[in-house]
Amino acid sequence: MDKEELLTKLKEIVAPYTHDKDALATISPSTDFIKDLKINSANLVDVILDVEEEFDIEIDNLEMARMLNVGETVTIIEDKLKALDRK
Amino acid sequence: MNKAEILAHLPYSKPFLFVDELEEIDENGAKGSYTFDAGLDFYKGHFKDNPVTPGVILTETMAQIGLVCLGIYLSGSAEGGMPGHVMLTSTAIDFMKPVFPGEKVTVTAQKVYFRFKKLNCTVQMTNAAGEVVCKGTIAGMVTNKMNG
Repeated sequence: MDKEELLTKLKEIVAPYTHDKDALATISPSTDFIKDLKINSANLVDVILDVEEEFDIEIDNLEMARMLNVGETVTIIEDKLKALDRK
Repeated sequence: MNKAEILAHLPYSKPFLFVDELEEIDENGAKGSYTFDAGLDFYKGHFKDNPVTPGVILTETMAQIGLVCLGIYLSGSAEGGMPGHVMLTSTAIDFMKPVFPGEKVTVTAQKVYFRFKKLNCTVQMTNAAGEVVCKGTIAGMVTNKMNG
Protein backbone atom coordinates (compact mmCIF):
# COMPACT_ATOMS: atom_id res chain seq x y z
CA MET A 1 0.00 0.00 0.00
CA ASP A 2 1.54 3.35 -0.96
CA LYS A 3 1.38 6.54 1.08
CA GLU A 4 -1.35 8.02 -1.10
CA GLU A 5 -3.58 4.99 -0.70
CA LEU A 6 -2.95 4.96 3.03
CA LEU A 7 -3.88 8.63 3.33
CA THR A 8 -7.12 8.02 1.42
CA LYS A 9 -8.09 5.22 3.79
CA LEU A 10 -7.23 7.32 6.82
CA LYS A 11 -9.34 10.17 5.46
CA GLU A 12 -12.34 7.82 5.18
CA ILE A 13 -11.81 6.66 8.78
CA VAL A 14 -11.56 10.20 10.12
CA ALA A 15 -14.52 11.61 8.16
CA PRO A 16 -17.38 10.60 10.52
CA TYR A 17 -15.59 12.11 13.53
CA THR A 18 -14.55 15.49 12.17
CA HIS A 19 -16.55 18.68 12.58
CA ASP A 20 -14.54 20.62 10.04
CA LYS A 21 -15.35 19.44 6.53
CA ASP A 22 -13.11 22.08 4.92
CA ALA A 23 -10.09 20.84 6.86
CA LEU A 24 -10.99 17.28 5.86
CA ALA A 25 -11.15 18.25 2.19
CA THR A 26 -7.63 19.71 2.36
CA ILE A 27 -6.18 16.96 4.55
CA SER A 28 -2.37 16.69 4.44
CA PRO A 29 0.39 15.12 6.56
CA SER A 30 0.51 18.23 8.74
CA THR A 31 -3.23 18.13 9.53
CA ASP A 32 -3.71 17.93 13.32
CA PHE A 33 -6.63 15.75 14.43
CA ILE A 34 -7.60 17.92 17.37
CA LYS A 35 -6.65 21.45 16.24
CA ASP A 36 -7.52 21.21 12.53
CA LEU A 37 -10.16 18.49 12.30
CA LYS A 38 -11.78 19.43 15.66
CA ILE A 39 -11.91 15.81 16.83
CA ASN A 40 -12.27 15.45 20.61
CA SER A 41 -10.06 13.12 22.64
CA ALA A 42 -12.80 10.49 22.97
CA ASN A 43 -13.34 10.32 19.22
CA LEU A 44 -9.59 10.27 18.67
CA VAL A 45 -9.66 6.92 20.50
CA ASP A 46 -12.32 5.75 18.03
CA VAL A 47 -10.13 6.84 15.12
CA ILE A 48 -7.29 4.72 16.52
CA LEU A 49 -9.58 1.73 17.09
CA ASP A 50 -10.89 2.04 13.52
CA VAL A 51 -7.30 2.24 12.22
CA GLU A 52 -6.53 -0.99 14.10
CA GLU A 53 -9.50 -2.71 12.53
CA GLU A 54 -8.97 -1.39 9.00
CA PHE A 55 -5.28 -2.36 8.86
CA ASP A 56 -5.44 -5.34 11.24
CA ILE A 57 -2.74 -3.93 13.48
CA GLU A 58 -2.42 -3.20 17.20
CA ILE A 59 -1.54 0.26 18.49
CA ASP A 60 0.01 0.59 21.96
CA ASN A 61 -0.19 3.54 24.39
CA LEU A 62 3.13 5.08 23.32
CA GLU A 63 2.17 4.99 19.64
CA MET A 64 -1.26 6.37 20.45
CA ALA A 65 0.38 9.33 22.17
CA ARG A 66 2.30 10.10 18.96
CA MET A 67 -0.71 9.85 16.66
CA LEU A 68 -1.77 13.48 16.86
CA ASN A 69 -1.51 14.38 13.21
CA VAL A 70 -2.05 12.68 9.89
CA GLY A 71 1.64 12.36 8.91
CA GLU A 72 2.71 10.77 12.18
CA THR A 73 -0.24 8.35 12.00
CA VAL A 74 0.57 7.32 8.42
CA THR A 75 4.20 6.70 9.45
CA ILE A 76 3.13 4.49 12.36
CA ILE A 77 0.75 2.49 10.14
CA GLU A 78 3.46 2.09 7.47
CA ASP A 79 6.01 0.89 10.05
CA LYS A 80 3.53 -1.61 11.47
CA LEU A 81 2.64 -3.00 8.07
CA LYS A 82 6.33 -3.26 7.16
CA ALA A 83 7.11 -5.08 10.40
CA LEU A 84 4.33 -7.52 9.57
CA ASP A 85 5.60 -7.79 5.99
CA ARG A 86 2.25 -6.71 4.64
CA LYS A 87 3.27 -3.58 2.79
CA MET B 1 -11.56 -1.94 44.64
CA ASN B 2 -14.65 -3.06 46.49
CA LYS B 3 -18.16 -1.63 46.11
CA ALA B 4 -17.96 0.57 49.21
CA GLU B 5 -14.68 2.11 48.03
CA ILE B 6 -16.17 2.84 44.62
CA LEU B 7 -19.25 4.53 46.12
CA ALA B 8 -17.01 6.57 48.44
CA HIS B 9 -14.99 7.73 45.42
CA LEU B 10 -18.05 9.03 43.51
CA PRO B 11 -17.71 12.81 43.14
CA TYR B 12 -21.46 13.53 43.54
CA SER B 13 -23.69 14.50 46.45
CA LYS B 14 -27.38 15.25 46.90
CA PRO B 15 -29.25 16.42 44.93
CA PHE B 16 -27.14 15.04 42.11
CA LEU B 17 -26.16 11.62 43.40
CA PHE B 18 -28.18 8.97 41.56
CA VAL B 19 -26.69 5.78 42.98
CA ASP B 20 -28.09 4.09 46.11
CA GLU B 21 -26.57 0.68 45.83
CA LEU B 22 -23.94 -1.03 43.73
CA GLU B 23 -24.98 -4.67 43.51
CA GLU B 24 -22.44 -6.16 41.14
CA ILE B 25 -19.20 -4.98 39.60
CA ASP B 26 -16.41 -6.72 37.75
CA GLU B 27 -14.14 -5.99 34.82
CA ASN B 28 -16.95 -6.59 32.34
CA GLY B 29 -19.79 -4.61 33.82
CA ALA B 30 -21.76 -3.13 36.68
CA LYS B 31 -25.24 -3.32 38.19
CA GLY B 32 -26.79 -0.92 40.66
CA SER B 33 -30.01 0.72 41.74
CA TYR B 34 -31.48 4.07 42.68
CA THR B 35 -34.88 5.18 44.02
CA PHE B 36 -36.03 8.60 42.80
CA ASP B 37 -36.86 10.73 45.85
CA ALA B 38 -40.26 12.32 45.18
CA GLY B 39 -38.92 15.51 46.78
CA LEU B 40 -36.28 16.12 44.07
CA ASP B 41 -36.53 19.71 42.93
CA PHE B 42 -36.88 19.09 39.19
CA TYR B 43 -40.22 17.32 39.67
CA LYS B 44 -41.73 20.74 40.43
CA GLY B 45 -41.15 21.86 36.87
CA HIS B 46 -40.97 18.63 34.81
CA PHE B 47 -43.82 18.80 34.26
CA LYS B 48 -46.11 21.38 35.87
CA ASP B 49 -48.51 19.43 38.12
CA ASN B 50 -47.45 16.24 36.37
CA PRO B 51 -44.06 15.04 37.69
CA VAL B 52 -42.07 12.66 35.46
CA THR B 53 -38.32 11.99 35.70
CA PRO B 54 -36.54 13.89 32.88
CA GLY B 55 -34.72 11.81 30.26
CA VAL B 56 -31.48 13.65 31.00
CA ILE B 57 -31.75 12.52 34.63
CA LEU B 58 -32.36 8.92 33.54
CA THR B 59 -29.31 9.24 31.29
CA GLU B 60 -27.29 10.69 34.20
CA THR B 61 -28.42 7.82 36.45
CA MET B 62 -27.28 5.26 33.88
CA ALA B 63 -23.99 7.14 33.47
CA GLN B 64 -23.32 7.31 37.23
CA ILE B 65 -24.08 3.63 37.89
CA GLY B 66 -22.85 2.16 34.62
CA LEU B 67 -20.07 4.33 33.26
CA VAL B 68 -18.68 6.15 36.31
CA CYS B 69 -18.71 3.28 38.83
CA LEU B 70 -17.24 0.95 36.23
CA GLY B 71 -14.64 3.54 35.17
CA ILE B 72 -13.55 4.03 38.77
CA TYR B 73 -13.36 0.27 39.26
CA LEU B 74 -11.36 -0.33 36.08
CA SER B 75 -8.92 2.55 36.63
CA GLY B 76 -8.55 1.75 40.33
CA SER B 77 -8.01 -1.96 39.69
CA ALA B 78 -5.44 -1.53 36.95
CA GLU B 79 -1.87 -2.37 37.87
CA GLY B 80 -0.42 0.66 39.63
CA GLY B 81 -3.65 2.45 38.77
CA MET B 82 -5.38 5.23 40.65
CA PRO B 83 -9.17 5.52 40.65
CA GLY B 84 -9.87 8.33 38.19
CA HIS B 85 -12.74 10.61 37.32
CA VAL B 86 -14.95 9.93 34.36
CA MET B 87 -15.78 12.67 31.89
CA LEU B 88 -18.88 11.95 29.83
CA THR B 89 -18.15 12.18 26.11
CA SER B 90 -21.15 10.68 24.29
CA THR B 91 -24.58 9.16 24.81
CA ALA B 92 -27.12 7.47 22.52
CA ILE B 93 -30.22 6.49 24.49
CA ASP B 94 -33.70 5.26 23.57
CA PHE B 95 -36.50 5.84 26.06
CA MET B 96 -39.35 3.35 26.34
CA LYS B 97 -41.29 4.08 29.53
CA PRO B 98 -41.79 6.97 31.98
CA VAL B 99 -40.30 6.87 35.48
CA PHE B 100 -42.41 8.55 38.16
CA PRO B 101 -41.37 10.04 41.53
CA GLY B 102 -40.61 7.34 44.11
CA GLU B 103 -39.82 4.62 41.56
CA LYS B 104 -36.84 2.34 42.03
CA VAL B 105 -34.76 1.61 38.94
CA THR B 106 -31.96 -0.85 38.28
CA VAL B 107 -29.16 -0.13 35.83
CA THR B 108 -26.99 -2.79 34.22
CA ALA B 109 -23.94 -1.88 32.16
CA GLN B 110 -21.76 -4.04 29.94
CA LYS B 111 -18.32 -2.91 28.89
CA VAL B 112 -17.87 -2.72 25.12
CA TYR B 113 -14.26 -1.59 25.36
CA PHE B 114 -11.88 0.22 27.68
CA ARG B 115 -8.87 1.36 25.70
CA PHE B 116 -6.67 4.45 25.72
CA LYS B 117 -8.64 5.65 28.76
CA LYS B 118 -11.95 5.60 26.92
CA LEU B 119 -14.71 3.48 28.39
CA ASN B 120 -17.63 2.57 26.14
CA CYS B 121 -20.61 0.70 27.65
CA THR B 122 -24.03 -0.51 26.68
CA VAL B 123 -26.48 0.38 29.44
CA GLN B 124 -30.02 -0.60 30.28
CA MET B 125 -32.43 0.63 32.95
CA THR B 126 -35.33 -1.46 34.24
CA ASN B 127 -38.15 -0.51 36.64
CA ALA B 128 -39.41 -2.49 39.65
CA ALA B 129 -41.66 -4.54 37.35
CA GLY B 130 -38.58 -5.55 35.33
CA GLU B 131 -39.66 -3.57 32.28
CA VAL B 132 -36.97 -1.82 30.22
CA VAL B 133 -37.29 1.93 30.76
CA CYS B 134 -34.40 3.07 28.58
CA LYS B 135 -31.24 1.69 27.02
CA GLY B 136 -28.36 2.68 24.82
CA THR B 137 -24.67 3.41 24.70
CA ILE B 138 -22.66 5.74 26.93
CA ALA B 139 -18.97 6.59 26.70
CA GLY B 140 -16.50 8.64 28.69
CA MET B 141 -12.84 9.33 29.24
CA VAL B 142 -11.21 8.34 32.51
CA THR B 143 -9.07 11.29 33.65
CA ASN B 144 -7.11 12.34 36.70
CA LYS B 145 -8.67 15.78 36.73
CA MET B 146 -12.20 16.76 37.68
CA ASN B 147 -12.76 19.06 34.71
CA GLY B 148 -11.18 16.91 32.01
